[in-house]
Amino acid sequence: MIAASLRILARGIFVAVTLGASLHAPHLAAESLDYQLEPRKIADDTWVLVGKTEDFSRSNGGNIVNTAFVVTTDGVVVIDSGPSRLYAEQLRRAIARITPKPVIRVFNTHHHPDHFLGNQVFADVPTAALATTIAGQRQEGVAFTENVYRLSGDWIKGTESTPARETVGAGVIRIGNHEFELIALSGHTEGDLVLFDRSTGVLFAGDLVFYNRAPTTPHASVGQWLAALDRLDAISYRTMMPGHGDPVSDGRAVEQTRRYLRWVESALRQAAERGDEMAEVLGLAVPAELAAIPLSREEFARSVAHLYRRYEAATLSRPR
Amino acid sequence: MPRLQYLSFLIGCLTFSLNVLAAMGDDPLKSPQWTDIKDRYLGAAKVVFDPRVVVSGPKVAEDSMNVPVGIRITGLPDVRRVLVIADLNPIVKVLEFSSKGALPSLHFRMKLQQGSPVRAMAQTADGVWHVGGIWIDASGGGCTAPSVGRSSANWTETLGQVQSRVWQGEAQSRVKLSIMHPMDTGLAPGIPAFYIERLSLQDASGKEWMAIDTFEPVSENPVFSFDFTGSPPAGLTLVGRDNNGNRISAKVVQ
Repeated sequence: MIAASLRILARGIFVAVTLGASLHAPHLAAESLDYQLEPRKIADDTWVLVGKTEDFSRSNGGNIVNTAFVVTTDGVVVIDSGPSRLYAEQLRRAIARITPKPVIRVFNTHHHPDHFLGNQVFADVPTAALATTIAGQRQEGVAFTENVYRLSGDWIKGTESTPARETVGAGVIRIGNHEFELIALSGHTEGDLVLFDRSTGVLFAGDLVFYNRAPTTPHASVGQWLAALDRLDAISYRTMMPGHGDPVSDGRAVEQTRRYLRWVESALRQAAERGDEMAEVLGLAVPAELAAIPLSREEFARSVAHLYRRYEAATLSRPR
Repeated sequence: MPRLQYLSFLIGCLTFSLNVLAAMGDDPLKSPQWTDIKDRYLGAAKVVFDPRVVVSGPKVAEDSMNVPVGIRITGLPDVRRVLVIADLNPIVKVLEFSSKGALPSLHFRMKLQQGSPVRAMAQTADGVWHVGGIWIDASGGGCTAPSVGRSSANWTETLGQVQSRVWQGEAQSRVKLSIMHPMDTGLAPGIPAFYIERLSLQDASGKEWMAIDTFEPVSENPVFSFDFTGSPPAGLTLVGRDNNGNRISAKVVQ
Protein backbone atom coordinates (compact mmCIF):
# COMPACT_ATOMS: atom_id res chain seq x y z
CA MET A 1 0.00 0.00 0.00
CA ILE A 2 2.64 2.49 1.09
CA ALA A 3 4.95 1.31 -1.66
CA ALA A 4 2.23 1.73 -4.29
CA SER A 5 1.30 5.24 -3.19
CA LEU A 6 4.99 6.10 -2.98
CA ARG A 7 5.47 4.97 -6.52
CA ILE A 8 2.54 7.08 -7.74
CA LEU A 9 3.82 10.10 -5.85
CA ALA A 10 7.31 9.53 -7.17
CA ARG A 11 5.97 9.37 -10.71
CA GLY A 12 4.05 12.62 -10.18
CA ILE A 13 7.14 14.40 -8.95
CA PHE A 14 9.20 12.94 -11.79
CA VAL A 15 6.70 14.29 -14.32
CA ALA A 16 6.71 17.69 -12.63
CA VAL A 17 10.49 17.83 -12.61
CA THR A 18 10.73 16.66 -16.22
CA LEU A 19 8.19 19.25 -17.35
CA GLY A 20 10.10 21.93 -15.49
CA ALA A 21 13.37 20.85 -17.07
CA SER A 22 11.97 20.64 -20.58
CA LEU A 23 10.90 24.31 -20.44
CA HIS A 24 14.58 25.20 -20.44
CA ALA A 25 15.95 22.36 -22.52
CA PRO A 26 15.43 23.58 -26.13
CA HIS A 27 17.35 26.80 -25.49
CA LEU A 28 20.25 24.93 -23.90
CA ALA A 29 20.23 22.25 -26.58
CA ALA A 30 20.48 24.69 -29.46
CA GLU A 31 23.60 26.16 -27.91
CA SER A 32 25.40 23.00 -26.91
CA LEU A 33 24.77 20.24 -29.46
CA ASP A 34 27.84 21.08 -31.52
CA TYR A 35 30.45 18.34 -31.92
CA GLN A 36 32.99 21.02 -32.93
CA LEU A 37 34.43 18.77 -35.58
CA GLU A 38 37.78 20.08 -36.78
CA PRO A 39 39.36 18.08 -39.59
CA ARG A 40 43.08 17.50 -39.05
CA LYS A 41 45.21 16.97 -42.16
CA ILE A 42 47.47 13.92 -41.77
CA ALA A 43 48.58 13.39 -45.39
CA ASP A 44 47.93 14.71 -48.90
CA ASP A 45 44.16 14.90 -49.48
CA THR A 46 43.57 13.18 -46.14
CA TRP A 47 41.80 14.56 -43.05
CA VAL A 48 40.83 12.90 -39.81
CA LEU A 49 38.38 13.83 -37.07
CA VAL A 50 39.78 12.51 -33.83
CA GLY A 51 37.17 11.79 -31.17
CA LYS A 52 37.61 11.85 -27.42
CA THR A 53 39.09 8.73 -25.85
CA GLU A 54 36.08 8.34 -23.58
CA ASP A 55 32.97 6.19 -23.30
CA PHE A 56 29.59 7.39 -24.63
CA SER A 57 28.22 10.19 -22.44
CA ARG A 58 25.77 13.05 -22.48
CA SER A 59 28.62 15.54 -22.60
CA ASN A 60 30.48 14.04 -25.59
CA GLY A 61 27.35 12.98 -27.53
CA GLY A 62 29.18 9.88 -28.75
CA ASN A 63 32.07 11.78 -30.34
CA ILE A 64 34.42 9.11 -29.08
CA VAL A 65 35.43 7.74 -32.45
CA ASN A 66 37.78 8.62 -35.30
CA THR A 67 36.34 9.26 -38.73
CA ALA A 68 38.23 10.36 -41.83
CA PHE A 69 37.85 11.54 -45.39
CA VAL A 70 40.04 11.51 -48.48
CA VAL A 71 39.55 14.14 -51.19
CA THR A 72 40.21 12.38 -54.51
CA THR A 73 40.01 13.94 -57.95
CA ASP A 74 36.63 12.23 -58.43
CA GLY A 75 35.13 13.20 -55.09
CA VAL A 76 35.33 12.57 -51.35
CA VAL A 77 35.67 9.13 -49.74
CA VAL A 78 34.43 8.98 -46.13
CA ILE A 79 35.66 6.35 -43.69
CA ASP A 80 33.06 5.75 -40.96
CA SER A 81 30.04 7.97 -40.50
CA GLY A 82 30.09 8.56 -36.73
CA PRO A 83 27.71 7.91 -33.83
CA SER A 84 24.61 9.89 -34.86
CA ARG A 85 22.64 11.69 -37.51
CA LEU A 86 23.76 15.00 -36.00
CA TYR A 87 27.43 13.99 -36.11
CA ALA A 88 27.22 13.02 -39.77
CA GLU A 89 25.43 16.26 -40.67
CA GLN A 90 28.20 18.21 -38.98
CA LEU A 91 30.80 15.97 -40.64
CA ARG A 92 29.38 16.79 -44.07
CA ARG A 93 29.52 20.50 -43.25
CA ALA A 94 33.13 20.10 -42.08
CA ILE A 95 33.99 18.36 -45.35
CA ALA A 96 32.28 21.14 -47.32
CA ARG A 97 34.49 23.69 -45.57
CA ILE A 98 37.57 21.86 -46.94
CA THR A 99 36.42 21.02 -50.47
CA PRO A 100 33.53 21.77 -52.83
CA LYS A 101 33.77 18.19 -54.20
CA PRO A 102 30.82 15.90 -53.44
CA VAL A 103 31.01 12.86 -51.17
CA ILE A 104 30.96 9.86 -53.51
CA ARG A 105 31.55 6.90 -51.23
CA VAL A 106 31.26 5.92 -47.56
CA PHE A 107 32.97 2.89 -45.99
CA ASN A 108 32.02 1.42 -42.61
CA THR A 109 34.98 -0.34 -40.99
CA HIS A 110 32.68 -2.52 -38.80
CA HIS A 111 29.19 -2.69 -37.33
CA HIS A 112 29.64 -0.86 -34.02
CA PRO A 113 27.28 2.09 -33.52
CA ASP A 114 29.90 4.86 -33.22
CA HIS A 115 31.19 3.92 -36.69
CA PHE A 116 27.99 3.75 -38.74
CA LEU A 117 24.98 5.47 -37.12
CA GLY A 118 25.66 8.52 -39.31
CA ASN A 119 24.88 6.48 -42.46
CA GLN A 120 21.37 7.91 -42.83
CA VAL A 121 22.88 11.30 -43.68
CA PHE A 122 24.60 9.67 -46.69
CA ALA A 123 21.41 8.34 -48.29
CA ASP A 124 22.54 9.96 -51.58
CA VAL A 125 25.90 8.15 -51.58
CA PRO A 126 26.88 4.47 -51.90
CA THR A 127 27.63 3.17 -48.39
CA ALA A 128 29.85 0.09 -48.36
CA ALA A 129 30.93 -2.54 -45.83
CA LEU A 130 31.91 -6.19 -45.51
CA ALA A 131 29.02 -8.69 -45.72
CA THR A 132 29.45 -9.69 -42.04
CA THR A 133 29.38 -6.02 -41.06
CA ILE A 134 26.14 -5.39 -42.93
CA ALA A 135 24.59 -8.48 -41.32
CA GLY A 136 25.62 -7.17 -37.90
CA GLN A 137 24.24 -3.70 -38.66
CA ARG A 138 20.91 -5.23 -39.66
CA GLN A 139 20.76 -7.50 -36.65
CA GLU A 140 21.90 -5.15 -33.90
CA GLY A 141 21.58 -1.63 -35.31
CA VAL A 142 18.23 -0.82 -33.71
CA ALA A 143 19.28 -2.05 -30.26
CA PHE A 144 22.58 -0.14 -30.63
CA THR A 145 20.69 3.05 -31.43
CA GLU A 146 18.49 2.70 -28.35
CA ASN A 147 21.53 2.05 -26.21
CA VAL A 148 23.46 5.01 -27.58
CA TYR A 149 20.40 7.21 -27.06
CA ARG A 150 20.22 6.07 -23.46
CA LEU A 151 23.90 6.91 -22.94
CA SER A 152 24.14 10.17 -24.89
CA GLY A 153 20.61 11.61 -24.92
CA ASP A 154 19.60 14.51 -27.19
CA TRP A 155 22.66 14.28 -29.44
CA ILE A 156 21.25 11.04 -30.85
CA LYS A 157 17.76 12.41 -31.54
CA GLY A 158 16.46 11.45 -34.98
CA THR A 159 19.18 8.86 -35.54
CA GLU A 160 17.97 5.74 -37.34
CA SER A 161 20.14 2.71 -37.89
CA THR A 162 20.88 2.59 -41.63
CA PRO A 163 22.93 -0.45 -42.65
CA ALA A 164 25.43 -0.04 -45.50
CA ARG A 165 23.87 -0.92 -48.86
CA GLU A 166 26.85 -2.15 -50.85
CA THR A 167 28.86 -5.25 -50.00
CA VAL A 168 32.62 -5.09 -50.54
CA GLY A 169 35.34 -7.68 -50.01
CA ALA A 170 39.11 -7.79 -50.04
CA GLY A 171 40.70 -6.26 -53.13
CA VAL A 172 42.03 -3.09 -54.68
CA ILE A 173 39.74 -0.24 -55.64
CA ARG A 174 40.69 2.89 -57.52
CA ILE A 175 38.82 6.10 -56.75
CA GLY A 176 40.02 9.18 -58.65
CA ASN A 177 43.76 9.56 -58.10
CA HIS A 178 43.81 7.24 -55.06
CA GLU A 179 44.28 3.50 -54.92
CA PHE A 180 42.80 1.80 -51.87
CA GLU A 181 43.61 -1.71 -50.75
CA LEU A 182 40.65 -3.20 -48.89
CA ILE A 183 41.76 -5.75 -46.31
CA ALA A 184 39.07 -7.98 -44.80
CA LEU A 185 39.98 -9.04 -41.27
CA SER A 186 38.19 -10.01 -38.06
CA GLY A 187 38.81 -10.14 -34.33
CA HIS A 188 37.41 -6.92 -32.95
CA THR A 189 34.16 -7.98 -34.62
CA GLU A 190 33.30 -10.67 -37.13
CA GLY A 191 34.06 -8.27 -39.95
CA ASP A 192 36.79 -5.62 -39.66
CA LEU A 193 37.56 -3.69 -42.83
CA VAL A 194 40.97 -2.05 -43.02
CA LEU A 195 41.68 0.46 -45.80
CA PHE A 196 45.21 1.13 -46.97
CA ASP A 197 45.56 4.15 -49.21
CA ARG A 198 48.53 3.14 -51.39
CA SER A 199 48.73 6.64 -52.82
CA THR A 200 49.50 8.29 -49.47
CA GLY A 201 50.60 5.40 -47.27
CA VAL A 202 47.78 6.04 -44.77
CA LEU A 203 46.34 2.97 -43.06
CA PHE A 204 42.80 3.28 -41.71
CA ALA A 205 42.83 0.49 -39.13
CA GLY A 206 39.32 0.80 -37.69
CA ASP A 207 38.88 -0.67 -34.23
CA LEU A 208 41.51 -3.34 -34.71
CA VAL A 209 43.74 -0.64 -33.23
CA PHE A 210 43.09 1.47 -30.15
CA TYR A 211 45.65 3.99 -28.97
CA ASN A 212 45.74 5.38 -25.44
CA ARG A 213 42.23 4.09 -24.91
CA ALA A 214 41.59 0.52 -23.77
CA PRO A 215 40.19 -1.80 -26.47
CA THR A 216 36.54 -2.87 -26.26
CA THR A 217 35.55 -6.51 -26.71
CA PRO A 218 31.75 -7.00 -26.94
CA HIS A 219 32.08 -8.96 -30.20
CA ALA A 220 35.75 -9.87 -29.98
CA SER A 221 37.64 -13.03 -30.72
CA VAL A 222 41.01 -12.27 -29.14
CA GLY A 223 42.91 -14.95 -31.08
CA GLN A 224 41.69 -13.62 -34.44
CA TRP A 225 42.32 -10.08 -33.29
CA LEU A 226 45.97 -10.81 -32.45
CA ALA A 227 46.40 -12.49 -35.84
CA ALA A 228 44.90 -9.41 -37.53
CA LEU A 229 47.43 -7.18 -35.73
CA ASP A 230 50.24 -9.31 -37.17
CA ARG A 231 48.77 -8.69 -40.62
CA LEU A 232 48.80 -4.93 -39.99
CA ASP A 233 52.45 -5.09 -38.94
CA ALA A 234 53.30 -6.52 -42.35
CA ILE A 235 51.98 -3.40 -44.14
CA SER A 236 54.46 -0.58 -44.67
CA TYR A 237 52.26 2.36 -43.85
CA ARG A 238 53.46 5.90 -43.26
CA THR A 239 50.62 6.95 -41.03
CA MET A 240 48.07 4.89 -39.16
CA MET A 241 44.68 6.09 -38.01
CA PRO A 242 43.38 3.89 -35.17
CA GLY A 243 39.64 3.61 -34.55
CA HIS A 244 40.12 5.43 -31.26
CA GLY A 245 43.03 7.65 -30.22
CA ASP A 246 45.56 9.83 -32.03
CA PRO A 247 47.04 8.86 -35.41
CA VAL A 248 50.61 7.58 -35.26
CA SER A 249 53.46 7.19 -37.74
CA ASP A 250 54.93 3.96 -36.36
CA GLY A 251 53.90 0.63 -34.83
CA ARG A 252 53.30 1.89 -31.28
CA ALA A 253 49.49 1.83 -31.43
CA VAL A 254 49.44 -1.74 -32.79
CA GLU A 255 51.93 -2.77 -30.12
CA GLN A 256 49.89 -1.21 -27.30
CA THR A 257 46.72 -2.91 -28.51
CA ARG A 258 48.58 -6.22 -28.79
CA ARG A 259 50.04 -5.99 -25.27
CA TYR A 260 46.68 -5.21 -23.75
CA LEU A 261 44.89 -8.04 -25.56
CA ARG A 262 47.60 -10.54 -24.74
CA TRP A 263 47.29 -9.64 -21.09
CA VAL A 264 43.47 -9.91 -21.15
CA GLU A 265 43.72 -13.30 -22.78
CA SER A 266 46.33 -14.71 -20.40
CA ALA A 267 44.68 -13.19 -17.31
CA LEU A 268 41.31 -14.72 -18.18
CA ARG A 269 42.77 -18.09 -19.15
CA GLN A 270 44.84 -18.35 -15.96
CA ALA A 271 41.88 -17.29 -13.82
CA ALA A 272 39.67 -19.92 -15.43
CA GLU A 273 42.34 -22.57 -14.89
CA ARG A 274 42.55 -21.58 -11.21
CA GLY A 275 38.77 -22.04 -10.90
CA ASP A 276 38.12 -18.34 -10.24
CA GLU A 277 34.56 -17.11 -10.40
CA MET A 278 33.57 -14.11 -12.56
CA ALA A 279 32.95 -11.90 -9.53
CA GLU A 280 36.50 -12.67 -8.38
CA VAL A 281 38.07 -12.06 -11.79
CA LEU A 282 36.59 -8.54 -11.77
CA GLY A 283 38.94 -7.77 -8.90
CA LEU A 284 42.18 -8.74 -10.74
CA ALA A 285 44.74 -5.95 -10.85
CA VAL A 286 45.59 -4.51 -14.26
CA PRO A 287 49.43 -4.43 -14.59
CA ALA A 288 50.83 -0.94 -14.03
CA GLU A 289 52.02 -0.53 -17.63
CA LEU A 290 48.49 -1.22 -18.95
CA ALA A 291 46.63 0.48 -16.11
CA ALA A 292 48.01 3.75 -17.48
CA ILE A 293 45.85 3.30 -20.59
CA PRO A 294 42.62 5.29 -20.05
CA LEU A 295 39.53 3.15 -19.33
CA SER A 296 41.58 -0.06 -18.92
CA ARG A 297 39.95 -0.82 -15.55
CA GLU A 298 36.42 -0.30 -16.93
CA GLU A 299 37.04 -2.16 -20.17
CA PHE A 300 38.62 -5.10 -18.39
CA ALA A 301 35.47 -5.45 -16.25
CA ARG A 302 33.39 -5.40 -19.43
CA SER A 303 35.69 -7.93 -21.09
CA VAL A 304 35.18 -10.33 -18.19
CA ALA A 305 31.45 -10.27 -19.01
CA HIS A 306 32.12 -10.70 -22.74
CA LEU A 307 34.84 -13.32 -22.73
CA TYR A 308 35.23 -15.19 -19.45
CA ARG A 309 32.61 -17.87 -20.00
CA ARG A 310 34.49 -19.18 -23.06
CA TYR A 311 37.67 -19.69 -21.05
CA GLU A 312 35.71 -21.13 -18.13
CA ALA A 313 33.77 -23.60 -20.28
CA ALA A 314 37.08 -25.04 -21.51
CA THR A 315 38.02 -25.97 -17.92
CA LEU A 316 34.86 -27.99 -17.12
CA SER A 317 34.19 -31.67 -17.73
CA ARG A 318 32.26 -32.94 -20.73
CA PRO A 319 28.49 -32.70 -20.27
CA ARG A 320 26.84 -35.65 -18.54
CA MET B 1 -2.11 28.98 -6.65
CA PRO B 2 -4.50 29.55 -3.74
CA ARG B 3 -2.65 29.58 -0.48
CA LEU B 4 -4.49 26.56 0.93
CA GLN B 5 -3.62 24.37 -2.05
CA TYR B 6 -0.02 25.47 -1.89
CA LEU B 7 0.07 24.59 1.78
CA SER B 8 -1.38 21.13 1.20
CA PHE B 9 1.12 20.61 -1.64
CA LEU B 10 3.94 21.43 0.74
CA ILE B 11 2.51 19.07 3.35
CA GLY B 12 2.23 16.43 0.63
CA CYS B 13 5.89 16.86 -0.29
CA LEU B 14 6.89 16.65 3.36
CA THR B 15 4.83 13.49 3.90
CA PHE B 16 6.36 12.02 0.76
CA SER B 17 9.89 12.69 1.96
CA LEU B 18 9.11 11.24 5.36
CA ASN B 19 7.58 8.15 3.75
CA VAL B 20 10.69 7.65 1.61
CA LEU B 21 12.92 8.04 4.65
CA ALA B 22 10.75 5.58 6.57
CA ALA B 23 10.89 3.10 3.67
CA MET B 24 14.69 3.28 3.54
CA GLY B 25 14.88 2.77 7.29
CA ASP B 26 18.49 2.21 8.27
CA ASP B 27 19.36 0.59 4.92
CA PRO B 28 22.94 1.47 3.94
CA LEU B 29 21.95 0.98 0.27
CA LYS B 30 19.06 3.45 0.68
CA SER B 31 16.58 1.33 -1.23
CA PRO B 32 12.96 2.54 -1.26
CA GLN B 33 11.82 -1.10 -1.07
CA TRP B 34 13.84 -2.08 1.95
CA THR B 35 11.16 -1.93 4.68
CA ASP B 36 8.69 -3.83 2.47
CA ILE B 37 11.28 -6.50 1.76
CA LYS B 38 12.23 -6.77 5.39
CA ASP B 39 8.57 -7.25 6.38
CA ARG B 40 7.91 -9.75 3.62
CA TYR B 41 10.98 -11.98 3.88
CA LEU B 42 12.32 -11.51 7.38
CA GLY B 43 9.13 -10.83 9.35
CA ALA B 44 9.53 -9.62 12.89
CA ALA B 45 12.95 -11.21 13.45
CA LYS B 46 15.90 -9.05 14.42
CA VAL B 47 17.90 -7.69 11.47
CA VAL B 48 21.45 -6.33 11.48
CA PHE B 49 23.61 -5.04 8.65
CA ASP B 50 26.75 -7.11 9.03
CA PRO B 51 30.12 -6.63 7.28
CA ARG B 52 30.81 -10.36 7.67
CA VAL B 53 28.22 -11.00 4.95
CA VAL B 54 30.06 -9.94 1.80
CA VAL B 55 28.41 -9.69 -1.61
CA SER B 56 30.66 -9.10 -4.62
CA GLY B 57 29.80 -8.28 -8.21
CA PRO B 58 30.32 -5.65 -10.90
CA LYS B 59 29.46 -1.98 -10.35
CA VAL B 60 27.69 -2.02 -13.70
CA ALA B 61 26.16 -5.12 -15.26
CA GLU B 62 27.62 -5.34 -18.75
CA ASP B 63 25.44 -8.37 -19.54
CA SER B 64 22.18 -8.07 -17.62
CA MET B 65 21.33 -11.72 -18.42
CA ASN B 66 24.49 -12.96 -16.66
CA VAL B 67 25.43 -10.75 -13.75
CA PRO B 68 28.09 -12.48 -11.64
CA VAL B 69 27.45 -12.45 -7.90
CA GLY B 70 29.58 -13.87 -5.10
CA ILE B 71 28.41 -14.40 -1.52
CA ARG B 72 31.03 -14.96 1.17
CA ILE B 73 30.25 -15.24 4.85
CA THR B 74 33.28 -15.45 7.10
CA GLY B 75 33.54 -15.34 10.88
CA LEU B 76 29.81 -15.64 11.44
CA PRO B 77 29.04 -18.91 13.24
CA ASP B 78 25.89 -21.01 12.94
CA VAL B 79 24.54 -19.71 9.63
CA ARG B 80 21.40 -21.74 8.98
CA ARG B 81 20.20 -20.31 5.69
CA VAL B 82 20.98 -17.49 3.32
CA LEU B 83 18.43 -15.63 1.19
CA VAL B 84 19.60 -13.70 -1.87
CA ILE B 85 17.31 -10.96 -3.15
CA ALA B 86 17.39 -8.09 -5.65
CA ASP B 87 15.13 -5.34 -4.29
CA LEU B 88 14.08 -3.82 -7.60
CA ASN B 89 13.85 -6.92 -9.78
CA PRO B 90 10.33 -7.89 -10.95
CA ILE B 91 11.02 -11.22 -9.24
CA VAL B 92 12.78 -10.23 -6.05
CA LYS B 93 13.91 -13.57 -4.67
CA VAL B 94 16.89 -15.03 -6.52
CA LEU B 95 17.76 -18.07 -4.44
CA GLU B 96 18.07 -19.43 -0.93
CA PHE B 97 20.80 -21.76 0.25
CA SER B 98 21.79 -23.76 3.32
CA SER B 99 25.34 -25.00 3.54
CA LYS B 100 25.13 -28.11 5.59
CA GLY B 101 28.83 -28.89 5.46
CA ALA B 102 30.07 -26.79 2.56
CA LEU B 103 31.35 -23.31 3.46
CA PRO B 104 28.62 -20.65 3.69
CA SER B 105 29.60 -19.13 0.38
CA LEU B 106 28.21 -19.33 -3.13
CA HIS B 107 28.93 -17.90 -6.56
CA PHE B 108 26.31 -17.74 -9.31
CA ARG B 109 25.03 -15.49 -12.13
CA MET B 110 21.68 -13.79 -12.34
CA LYS B 111 19.39 -11.64 -14.44
CA LEU B 112 18.84 -8.00 -13.52
CA GLN B 113 15.98 -6.03 -14.99
CA GLN B 114 17.37 -2.67 -13.81
CA GLY B 115 19.90 -1.27 -11.38
CA SER B 116 19.17 -2.75 -7.97
CA PRO B 117 20.58 -3.65 -4.58
CA VAL B 118 21.60 -7.31 -4.47
CA ARG B 119 21.61 -8.62 -0.93
CA ALA B 120 22.52 -11.72 0.98
CA MET B 121 20.54 -12.19 4.21
CA ALA B 122 21.97 -14.86 6.49
CA GLN B 123 19.96 -16.23 9.41
CA THR B 124 21.96 -17.57 12.34
CA ALA B 125 20.77 -20.18 14.86
CA ASP B 126 19.55 -17.44 17.24
CA GLY B 127 17.08 -16.27 14.57
CA VAL B 128 18.92 -13.02 13.80
CA TRP B 129 19.25 -12.00 10.13
CA HIS B 130 22.66 -10.66 9.07
CA VAL B 131 22.44 -8.60 5.92
CA GLY B 132 25.11 -7.53 3.42
CA GLY B 133 24.74 -6.20 -0.09
CA ILE B 134 25.90 -4.07 -2.98
CA TRP B 135 24.25 -1.90 -5.58
CA ILE B 136 24.63 -3.14 -9.17
CA ASP B 137 23.69 -0.78 -11.95
CA ALA B 138 22.14 -2.29 -15.09
CA SER B 139 20.66 -0.99 -18.30
CA GLY B 140 18.11 -3.71 -17.98
CA GLY B 141 16.05 -6.21 -19.86
CA GLY B 142 17.54 -9.27 -18.17
CA CYS B 143 14.26 -10.68 -16.87
CA THR B 144 11.90 -9.91 -19.74
CA ALA B 145 14.13 -11.17 -22.55
CA PRO B 146 13.68 -14.73 -23.81
CA SER B 147 16.47 -17.16 -23.00
CA VAL B 148 19.16 -17.38 -25.68
CA GLY B 149 18.91 -21.18 -25.94
CA ARG B 150 15.26 -20.95 -27.04
CA SER B 151 16.47 -19.87 -30.45
CA SER B 152 18.48 -23.07 -30.96
CA ALA B 153 16.61 -26.16 -32.04
CA ASN B 154 18.25 -28.68 -29.74
CA TRP B 155 17.90 -27.14 -26.29
CA THR B 156 15.61 -29.97 -25.16
CA GLU B 157 18.37 -32.50 -25.90
CA THR B 158 20.87 -30.82 -23.62
CA LEU B 159 18.35 -29.95 -20.87
CA GLY B 160 19.69 -30.85 -17.45
CA GLN B 161 23.20 -31.75 -18.63
CA VAL B 162 25.88 -30.97 -16.08
CA GLN B 163 29.54 -30.03 -16.45
CA SER B 164 31.75 -29.88 -13.41
CA ARG B 165 35.27 -29.60 -12.01
CA VAL B 166 36.96 -29.66 -8.64
CA TRP B 167 39.89 -27.40 -7.74
CA GLN B 168 41.90 -28.51 -4.74
CA GLY B 169 43.70 -25.72 -2.89
CA GLU B 170 45.86 -26.01 0.22
CA ALA B 171 43.19 -25.31 2.81
CA GLN B 172 40.07 -25.18 0.67
CA SER B 173 38.58 -26.72 -2.41
CA ARG B 174 36.07 -25.49 -4.93
CA VAL B 175 33.43 -27.28 -6.94
CA LYS B 176 32.17 -25.50 -10.06
CA LEU B 177 29.05 -26.75 -11.85
CA SER B 178 27.32 -25.65 -14.99
CA ILE B 179 23.78 -26.89 -15.76
CA MET B 180 22.01 -26.61 -19.10
CA HIS B 181 18.60 -25.05 -18.50
CA PRO B 182 16.70 -22.12 -20.11
CA MET B 183 15.62 -20.71 -16.70
CA ASP B 184 12.71 -18.87 -18.32
CA THR B 185 11.24 -16.23 -16.03
CA GLY B 186 7.71 -16.28 -17.45
CA LEU B 187 8.06 -12.54 -18.11
CA ALA B 188 9.03 -12.86 -21.79
CA PRO B 189 5.86 -12.76 -23.92
CA GLY B 190 4.46 -16.21 -24.71
CA ILE B 191 7.08 -18.18 -22.76
CA PRO B 192 5.91 -19.67 -19.44
CA ALA B 193 8.12 -19.78 -16.37
CA PHE B 194 10.44 -22.79 -16.61
CA TYR B 195 13.23 -22.94 -14.10
CA ILE B 196 15.24 -25.14 -11.75
CA GLU B 197 13.63 -25.10 -8.30
CA ARG B 198 15.88 -27.25 -6.21
CA LEU B 199 19.52 -28.34 -6.23
CA SER B 200 21.31 -30.48 -3.69
CA LEU B 201 24.89 -31.68 -3.33
CA GLN B 202 25.04 -35.13 -1.72
CA ASP B 203 27.91 -37.44 -0.95
CA ALA B 204 28.12 -41.20 -1.62
CA SER B 205 26.25 -41.97 1.62
CA GLY B 206 23.39 -39.69 0.71
CA LYS B 207 24.33 -36.97 3.21
CA GLU B 208 23.46 -33.49 1.99
CA TRP B 209 26.27 -30.89 1.96
CA MET B 210 24.48 -27.99 0.28
CA ALA B 211 20.86 -27.27 -0.57
CA ILE B 212 19.68 -24.48 -2.86
CA ASP B 213 16.18 -23.34 -3.75
CA THR B 214 16.54 -21.45 -7.00
CA PHE B 215 14.09 -19.02 -8.61
CA GLU B 216 13.51 -17.41 -12.01
CA PRO B 217 16.19 -14.67 -11.78
CA VAL B 218 19.05 -17.20 -11.76
CA SER B 219 20.81 -17.01 -15.14
CA GLU B 220 20.21 -19.30 -18.09
CA ASN B 221 22.53 -22.37 -18.09
CA PRO B 222 23.47 -21.48 -14.53
CA VAL B 223 26.99 -21.82 -13.16
CA PHE B 224 27.49 -22.32 -9.42
CA SER B 225 30.66 -22.53 -7.36
CA PHE B 226 30.76 -24.06 -3.88
CA ASP B 227 33.69 -24.00 -1.48
CA PHE B 228 34.68 -26.67 1.05
CA THR B 229 37.19 -26.74 3.88
CA GLY B 230 39.81 -29.31 2.86
CA SER B 231 38.66 -31.64 0.11
CA PRO B 232 35.10 -32.01 -1.09
CA PRO B 233 33.39 -35.17 0.19
CA ALA B 234 33.91 -38.32 -1.86
CA GLY B 235 31.32 -39.35 -4.43
CA LEU B 236 29.71 -35.92 -4.59
CA THR B 237 26.54 -35.89 -6.72
CA LEU B 238 24.34 -33.02 -7.85
CA VAL B 239 20.63 -33.82 -7.76
CA GLY B 240 17.78 -31.47 -8.50
CA ARG B 241 14.52 -30.81 -10.32
CA ASP B 242 12.80 -28.02 -12.22
CA ASN B 243 9.24 -26.72 -11.94
CA ASN B 244 8.11 -29.05 -14.74
CA GLY B 245 9.29 -32.13 -12.88
CA ASN B 246 12.45 -32.74 -14.92
CA ARG B 247 15.17 -34.38 -12.81
CA ILE B 248 18.82 -33.44 -12.68
CA SER B 249 21.38 -35.95 -11.49
CA ALA B 250 25.11 -35.95 -12.20
CA LYS B 251 28.26 -37.08 -10.47
CA VAL B 252 30.74 -34.28 -9.83
CA VAL B 253 33.96 -34.94 -11.73
CA GLN B 254 36.79 -35.07 -9.18
